Amino acid sequence: MWGFLKRPVVVTADINLHLVALTGMGLLSRLWQLTYPRAVVFDEVYYGQYISFYMKRIFFLDDSGPPFGHMVLALGGYLGGFDGNFLWNRIGAEYSSNVPVWSLRLLPALAGALSVPMAYQIVLELHFSHCAAVGAALLMLIENALITQSRLMLLESVLIFFNLLAVLSYLKFFNCQKQSPFSLSWWFWLTLTGVACSCAVGIKYMGVFTYMLMLVVAAVHAWHLIGDQTLSNVRVFCHLLARAVALLVIPAVLYLLFFYVHLILLFRSGPHDQIMSSAFQASLEGGLARITQGQPLEVAFGSQVTLRSVFGKPVPCWLHSHQNTYPMIYENGRGSSHQQQVTCYPFKDVNNWWIVKDPRRHQLVVSSPLRPVRHGDMVQLVHGMTARSLNTHDVAAPMSPHSQEVSCYIDYNISMPAQNLWRLEIVNRRSDTEVWKTILSEVRFVHVNTSSVLKLSGAHLPDWGFRQLEIVGEKLSRGYHESTVWNVEEHRYGTSQEQREREWELNSPVQVDASRNLSFMARFSELQWRMLVLRSDDSEHKYSSSPLEWVTLDTNIAYWLHPRTSAQIHLLGNIVIWVSGSLALAIYMLLFLWYLLRRRRNVHDLPQDAWLRWVLVGALCAGGWAVNYLPFFLMEKTLFLYHYLPALTFQILLLPVVLQHISDHLCRSQLQRSVFSALVVAWYSSACHVSNTLRPLTYGDKSLSPEELKALRWKDSWDILIRKH
Amino acid sequence: MPPATGGGLAETELRPRRGRCGPQATRAADRDVAARAAARNPKRPARGSRRFETASRWALLALVTLLSFATRFHRLDEPPHICWDETHFGKMGSYYINRTFFFDVHPPLGKMLIGLAGYLSGYDGTFLFQKPGDKYEHHSYMGMRGFCAFLGSWLVPFAYLTVLDLSKSLSAALLTAALLTFDTGCLTLSQYILLDPILMFFIMAAMLSMVKYNSCVDRPFSAPWWFWLSLTGVSLAGALGVKFVGLFIILQVGLNTIADLWYLFGDLSLSLVTVGKHLTARVLCLIVLPLALYTATFAVHFMVLSKSGPGDGFFSSAFQARLSGNNLHNASIPEHLAYGSVITVKNLQMAIGYLHSHRHLYPEGIGARQQQVTTYLHKDYNNLWIIKKHNTNSDPLDPSFPVEFVRHGDIIRLEHKETSRNLHSHYHEAPLTRKHYQVTGYGINGTGDSNDFWRIEVVNRKFGNRIKVLRSRIRLIHLVTGCVLGSSGKVLPKWGWEQLEVTCTPYLKETLNSIWNVEDHINPKLPNISLNVLQPSFPEILLESHMVMIWGNNGLKPKDNEFTSKPWHWPINYQGLRFSGVNDTDFRVYLLGNPVVWWLNLLSIALYLLSGSIIAIAMQRGTRVPAEVAGLSQVLLRGGGQVLLGWMLHYFPFFLMGRVLYFHHYFPAMLFSSMLTGILWDTLLRLCAWGLASWPLARGIHVAGILSLLLGTAYRLFALEPDLLPLFQYNYRQFSSPEDCLSSPEFLDHIRKVMLVIDAAVTNVEDLSSLEEYLVSLGRKHRTVGVKLSSFSTVGESLLYMLEKCLGPAFTPATRAAWSQLYGAVVQAMSRGWDGE
Repeated sequence: MWGFLKRPVVVTADINLHLVALTGMGLLSRLWQLTYPRAVVFDEVYYGQYISFYMKRIFFLDDSGPPFGHMVLALGGYLGGFDGNFLWNRIGAEYSSNVPVWSLRLLPALAGALSVPMAYQIVLELHFSHCAAVGAALLMLIENALITQSRLMLLESVLIFFNLLAVLSYLKFFNCQKQSPFSLSWWFWLTLTGVACSCAVGIKYMGVFTYMLMLVVAAVHAWHLIGDQTLSNVRVFCHLLARAVALLVIPAVLYLLFFYVHLILLFRSGPHDQIMSSAFQASLEGGLARITQGQPLEVAFGSQVTLRSVFGKPVPCWLHSHQNTYPMIYENGRGSSHQQQVTCYPFKDVNNWWIVKDPRRHQLVVSSPLRPVRHGDMVQLVHGMTARSLNTHDVAAPMSPHSQEVSCYIDYNISMPAQNLWRLEIVNRRSDTEVWKTILSEVRFVHVNTSSVLKLSGAHLPDWGFRQLEIVGEKLSRGYHESTVWNVEEHRYGTSQEQREREWELNSPVQVDASRNLSFMARFSELQWRMLVLRSDDSEHKYSSSPLEWVTLDTNIAYWLHPRTSAQIHLLGNIVIWVSGSLALAIYMLLFLWYLLRRRRNVHDLPQDAWLRWVLVGALCAGGWAVNYLPFFLMEKTLFLYHYLPALTFQILLLPVVLQHISDHLCRSQLQRSVFSALVVAWYSSACHVSNTLRPLTYGDKSLSPEELKALRWKDSWDILIRKH
Repeated sequence: MPPATGGGLAETELRPRRGRCGPQATRAADRDVAARAAARNPKRPARGSRRFETASRWALLALVTLLSFATRFHRLDEPPHICWDETHFGKMGSYYINRTFFFDVHPPLGKMLIGLAGYLSGYDGTFLFQKPGDKYEHHSYMGMRGFCAFLGSWLVPFAYLTVLDLSKSLSAALLTAALLTFDTGCLTLSQYILLDPILMFFIMAAMLSMVKYNSCVDRPFSAPWWFWLSLTGVSLAGALGVKFVGLFIILQVGLNTIADLWYLFGDLSLSLVTVGKHLTARVLCLIVLPLALYTATFAVHFMVLSKSGPGDGFFSSAFQARLSGNNLHNASIPEHLAYGSVITVKNLQMAIGYLHSHRHLYPEGIGARQQQVTTYLHKDYNNLWIIKKHNTNSDPLDPSFPVEFVRHGDIIRLEHKETSRNLHSHYHEAPLTRKHYQVTGYGINGTGDSNDFWRIEVVNRKFGNRIKVLRSRIRLIHLVTGCVLGSSGKVLPKWGWEQLEVTCTPYLKETLNSIWNVEDHINPKLPNISLNVLQPSFPEILLESHMVMIWGNNGLKPKDNEFTSKPWHWPINYQGLRFSGVNDTDFRVYLLGNPVVWWLNLLSIALYLLSGSIIAIAMQRGTRVPAEVAGLSQVLLRGGGQVLLGWMLHYFPFFLMGRVLYFHHYFPAMLFSSMLTGILWDTLLRLCAWGLASWPLARGIHVAGILSLLLGTAYRLFALEPDLLPLFQYNYRQFSSPEDCLSSPEFLDHIRKVMLVIDAAVTNVEDLSSLEEYLVSLGRKHRTVGVKLSSFSTVGESLLYMLEKCLGPAFTPATRAAWSQLYGAVVQAMSRGWDGE
């Protein structure tokens, strides 16, 4: 115990100067003049608004990815003491002095810088030479597109960082597996793989592809483990269990944690409230909660309610009626019932109030004791301002003639009797006698006479209907759809007996008492669901491109142009690296196929361990490229060049590996090897030269003359901005 | 004791057959199985009994086929009105008979066959097929329905043979056949004029011939090998020719072929030349042959449909020139555009129409108040434009000027002929697509400004080339703003007469919306040529029709607020499809799977994944198992694996599809999952039987027999006597259809009771009197609910029928007599309950 007194305490540190130097260069290239330009650059305008929302703790909904990415950017703002007061409305707008540009851009830049030494580590862990490893890192270092993307408030560099971290830690874990399973470092790297994977998924949904790749590789290795008959059954089981926990359970828990923090941070209501359900909105501070606080929970006969469509498409709206009637004859010559219009109205209005009436009694106020409405009860819905009741009948609806018209009944005394009985069905009930609850219950109204349901058709009425949305009765047999589901948003117990008094009551605000909370899982599942189904229809963009254009770098994106000079920032890759990366991939595939076929015929060109390394490199690097690239062909959203960057990093990792393989196994003599090395050096210097030539477009720090800019336009499809004077 | 025949069944099936292709599923375990069979059956049957066995196999196959045909053709003529999609496919059959051109999103083979069937059966193509529910009256529709039912009937024997080959087990094959025969969904789908029976026929034929050819692997290049290989190719062409869903089976055959070649390649005893031969044979039969046949169907399609019809508008102008009756047919116009030509300009995107302008202005507040430019789908004088040089306003048609052709890259002006205004664009936002620029008609009598100049470019051509009518795909680029003339495809409001919006898009992305071609062309100074010269070649037509089909398929998008069927609904039989009975017609037809079959299938898939992974892990751990279990595991992993792959390939891609989906899309996958069910249960029961070998072996097999009986009898019961249905009303619930009744738990419980009684009778066969009292009371119970005595004989008949089917050759006349005697005794005892009191 007192051993340290007897022996000297010695600390031996191994410092890999390569690693230090690479890290230093990475930091230098990414952090140099980070605050320049002090203006909004391209997608910063998009992410910036979310940073502001975080700073102001206002709830928002973004379908582009899970909240972890936004939170990372917001962390930069938090560290820099950003107060969120900046209007992100235009690319190129000058930042005001309260925006801490340096700290906002710091985290992505750090992630980009650290990718350089990580590339070095990964190639080393794949058991290739130092030379190859340094090569991979140097290529990452001078890749212009990666530099541009890292130096701004964007998420790709962070995503790439976590992708590489996942690969690196899995490799470390895999190498530990051979020597010391269940050791401390084994556990560390295994867990880190899971954590990095879930962080990648948390940044952007694209991270799922890398996660899947890691799962597949881990599954294949686990399968070999199962086949290893030197291990006991119990030990195999322990191995499998450890992997399952680290690679499945931990990521799932972390993913939930991101949302948990997200929802904890954003507790104020904001501009995206409308998309969410009433219950969700009521859980936020301000907004709907201000109105619904203290509403009575149980809807009773005599309650005054507003009914919101749960589906909320094309716009969120409330069941509405007004004095105007359906036109006697529509434009196309069909007739209507000429009764009072019932519509869905996207704004709060006193005409959105309805009174739940018991068909057997005449009173429109709550009785004492309260008689709550339950699932299966028969109700009438009386429009508050006009005191007419909701009715549907076998008359074709104005815009959807296959469905029934819904009206507020006016008795014209022409043998068209009122059919205003509705049966209440609570869709999300737990028992069959459940009470109808404000906000929480999702209900359908089934018409008693015709068994049709009250539905939002989604069509806009013409001018006579004030362009409000059409409400129809649709046959129940057509199946369940969210557009037939409603919930009570505002609610109070009606007390006024007289119509005039009631109108006054409807116009007055509802009374207040306590707040209502939704569980985390309910909020999470709603938020997640909305994020997945939300579709923004903004499909055209000047710089959008198709995946085929990426491989050969046929496109670029102009990120920023100096307001006066022609200094500009472009997302433009180092074309030498892009082309040789694709070439290396093709060479790898061909060689792999060649070796594979030869091995099948029992010709072993490579020794067993070299072959296994070769396969593992392919699985991780070529596989990483494939999973991060090919899925884009199936996607229908607007795509940009920067979507290709994660795939590109995997190509860059593959490149030196292929070069080393050629030199080791395909160059037969020392002379050939020397010639090849010389070629590689020449090729690398040309890449450096290209990188340096394109540097003004990467950093945007130098204003070039129109001639110089024209000279940089190596491809016709590159859009380099030239000022006309 | 009659039921003991189950044991004999197992032995007869596992014997390899001589003189035909050997077993395929287990190349390695092959010898084991044979040895095992020989060991268990030391006395090889005499030649005579083998011949008898072959005969009985054929008889069984015939029986399965017959049953399938009987169920599919039963009351085929009802309902005598259009059901569901018959309105489309019947109509398309008529188009072939009338030779009018139409457009459909599926390749033509299926509809061509329907048309052929109609033609041969004397249908004259005059019925309109307007909407579901229309009565056929005197029109002959049975030929077309009969043809579909004929192909649909083959599904059952095909599935039977496939499973037989994969599992080498008669009971598995029979179980599959029973599942498919008695599945109401397959039955309904096969009875109407639809593409699905034709598609499924080809899919199953491809699967069957692939399996057959796999089992010929030990005799490559023999006649049967070639036969099955080329038959696979033919079936693939058929499947793809009916619907693009056929791609999935092509994928399956492709994967199988790659695995096969990989195996051959690794076999070092084969020379590379032999492997090369194998490869060539497969390329010939599985790629070249299907492609040739597929192309041939299109050739026939275009040859037959030579008249103009409702499909013209979907195709390009050049294509339309082929169709007699179309205004472009046999027309003659000048070939190359020249200055002064009067032209119409058509958008290449489908259903956009011609560039159009008229004397109405854009309303106040929408861009500049200048003349509207739209696209319009109909032919009209306002579609005419004159090509002029940008810098002169002189009339190029003046005979003193030489003819000057318009060339790629020229700067031109387009003057609207009726109003003499120039096509114009400027930096104002377009009326609907706010990110684009507005396009207007501007200027007086052709005099405008520099915003009227457009550069005309031909896609993928070199500068300086002339521009051809119809053939050249042109782009109009606005000189000042650099934007491209296009149509957004959005409908303008009433002020724009609900024509489509024309914009100038600043995004230089290549989409069909911004590409145009010249259709009509009038220039008196140029010689006219016949358009026949411009007719596209066959490969061009083929390519174009595929583009149109793909576009059409992508266009079938579900709308918001519409109920659509989701892929996850399908395997659980969540919601069916209404075929008929919308307007209170007498016949209501509803496409819905038999819940017993479907849920059993679903359960089987889960069970298969479980048992499959247990077996795979056990093998990977190197667990030693007896040869018998190893053989069965191989059947499960290989045979079952192939079928499972088929199910996955025919099901999962639908999750990725954006188009509108329907319940009937699941049926090809359902065929595969039924085959999996057959293989799985048979193998599992055999494994159980092996595990319980210390008990009498018959016990396990017995369970298998009982189970398949249970499923089968349930259905036979109602097929034989529909009047029985109302008797099974439990808890005062009225069943509207046999399906409802059969899926109810009460009914299944009843079936279980019936089987228990029969089981009890079998066990106590020596001493039936001990059951006497019970049976009498049971009889009394049945009488009180109103069962007729004759109904019992129906049940008995169906029981005997099922036994015969399942036991096959083992069901000797003696056994039959014993069974009927037993059942007779039971019924007699029960009938005493009738007479009693």
